[in-house]
Amino acid sequence: MPALLEVTGISKNFSGLRAVADVSFTVPESAIFAVIGPNGAGKTTLFNLIAGVFAPNTGAITFCGDRIDGLRPDEVCRRGVGRTFQIVRPFPGLSVEDNVTVGALLRHPDPAAAMRRAHDILGRLDLFDKRRHLAGALTLPDRKRLEVARALATEPKLLLLDEVMAGLRPTETDRMVEIIRKLNTEAGLTILLIEHVMRAVMSVATRVLVLHHGAAIAEGAPEAVVREPAVIESYLGVEAV
Amino acid sequence: MIARLLHGVPRHAFALLAAVLAVLVAAPVFANDYVLTILILILYSAYAGQAWNILMGFAGQLSLGHALYVGLGAYVTAALYVHFGIGPWVGMPLAILISVACGAIIGFLAFRFGVGGVYFAILTIAFSEFTRIGFDHIDWVGGSSGLFLPVANYTRNDILLLRGQPVMFYYVILALTAVAFVICHGLLRSRVGYYWQAIREDEPAARALGINTFRYKMIAIVISAGMTAPAGVFYAFYYNNLFPEQTFFILRSIEIMLGPVIGGVGTLFGPVIGAFLLTGLSEALQELLTHVGLETPGAKRVFYGVCLLLVVMILPNGIWPPIARLLRLERRDPET
Ligand SMILES: Nc1ncnc2c1ncn2[C@@H]1O[C@H](COP(=O)(O)OP(=O)(O)O)[C@@H](O)[C@H]1O
Ligand SMILES: [Mg+2]
Repeated sequence: MPALLEVTGISKNFSGLRAVADVSFTVPESAIFAVIGPNGAGKTTLFNLIAGVFAPNTGAITFCGDRIDGLRPDEVCRRGVGRTFQIVRPFPGLSVEDNVTVGALLRHPDPAAAMRRAHDILGRLDLFDKRRHLAGALTLPDRKRLEVARALATEPKLLLLDEVMAGLRPTETDRMVEIIRKLNTEAGLTILLIEHVMRAVMSVATRVLVLHHGAAIAEGAPEAVVREPAVIESYLGVEAV
Repeated sequence: MIARLLHGVPRHAFALLAAVLAVLVAAPVFANDYVLTILILILYSAYAGQAWNILMGFAGQLSLGHALYVGLGAYVTAALYVHFGIGPWVGMPLAILISVACGAIIGFLAFRFGVGGVYFAILTIAFSEFTRIGFDHIDWVGGSSGLFLPVANYTRNDILLLRGQPVMFYYVILALTAVAFVICHGLLRSRVGYYWQAIREDEPAARALGINTFRYKMIAIVISAGMTAPAGVFYAFYYNNLFPEQTFFILRSIEIMLGPVIGGVGTLFGPVIGAFLLTGLSEALQELLTHVGLETPGAKRVFYGVCLLLVVMILPNGIWPPIARLLRLERRDPET
């Protein structure tokens, strides 16, 4: 499989704090690649570096063969990287369908066409019936799925999901796992996800990267990674599998 | 194009709009000059409010300096008329262009360097204040002693030179307000409108969806500034005198935003309803007080204050949203 995303030696400092330290990894096309690690490990910062919120202090990020580090978030999105936010950020005063239409307008400049596209995506994420609700009035599970729907509407080649299962009940988690798997198999979407729910990671991820204090301490197939001593000690030991 | 503008508008909303427009068109037949004067004030405030609403209501950028664009529109066309006899409609494109340029400069300075919120508002105040001080010293437009358009007792209406009786001014401002309404409706339904609202609601989220927020904020300020300039043209030719101290005064900017704030920021009808309520009621109050012999100069300000207070406390989103729900005029219904 050719590499869709290649991250080489990126670091990010926040006034002395090294949030991401010399991290390298490669996400092959149509993979479901998971990033795990304890709170404060630098996972969200890593996403923000890829998505263009911050430029890395060192290193390079290559997407589809082109350097994307240092590009603005909207430019990164335009290249085909969609992202969700860990703390969901719906447009609260807009309806669910308008939220997704905003995303769809990137590839479908005509609002009517974008709206049709949005309805299509809302159907796939079980949100169609709530399309006229105000986004600010949704429950957390619905908001999490809206977050995914909106990112999908930009028609990305790579989807970054930041803890989309955090705070969900087990049935909701299973539903999200199902959605992620479907997006991967049916739409052929490559997915890079940050996740805390180990059960979910083990069931969907094809490959796992473990971050600790900003550094990558292990990478490999999920079953292999959870057996590594360093991982057990720094992460799983605390939470237990 | 027309079909697209009408798409999704409830039929009875359209009927209601047509009825309101019909009443306004017919108004001069019934209204005396005094009522007409008040209607002119209301429509003027609705027009300027609509233009301001594009920047704040749609794109979420608070301008407290829109008097700048009114003043520029007024001074540019008035000076061209006074010095060269150039009519307001000919001068208007230049007035719009200059307002647009000023808006673009302010926007560039603010948005390029990530200035938003209160800091953006302060920047807009600063620019209109600087311009006010600047105009005090431009002798060509009369400096601080003012610029005056020649006034005569007009027996016939000259629409090309905007010289004539109140009824002519009434139809001019009614037409401007109607056009502004249609333009804003179209903008709100277009890609630009969606992008503005996304920026207003959550700028980082908007960026993550591929929106070049700098670009769309620039478009907002440029359109808003350009649309405000004709209000100034009207102001100059209606009042016939311009003083920097009045035209660019910060209170003028506040007055522009009061209508939409009371009526409903970000809504199409807000600026119109707000203008009717504020100007209409405050003039009626003034009239009433004069009639009963209670000549209180501050009454209008107090009334503005009370209105604002009531709306902020009871209806923080303005008076239009609940009315829209009552009349079932909304396109989207959160309950279905
Ligand atoms: N914008 C920021 N400014 C300063 N420090 C930050 C910022 N974002 C994250 N950090 C810090 O970087 C570290 C990693 O945070 P984060 O990437 O959010 O971790 P994770 O997502 O793995 O929980 C934390 O110590 C956090 O406080
Ligand atoms: Mg995080």
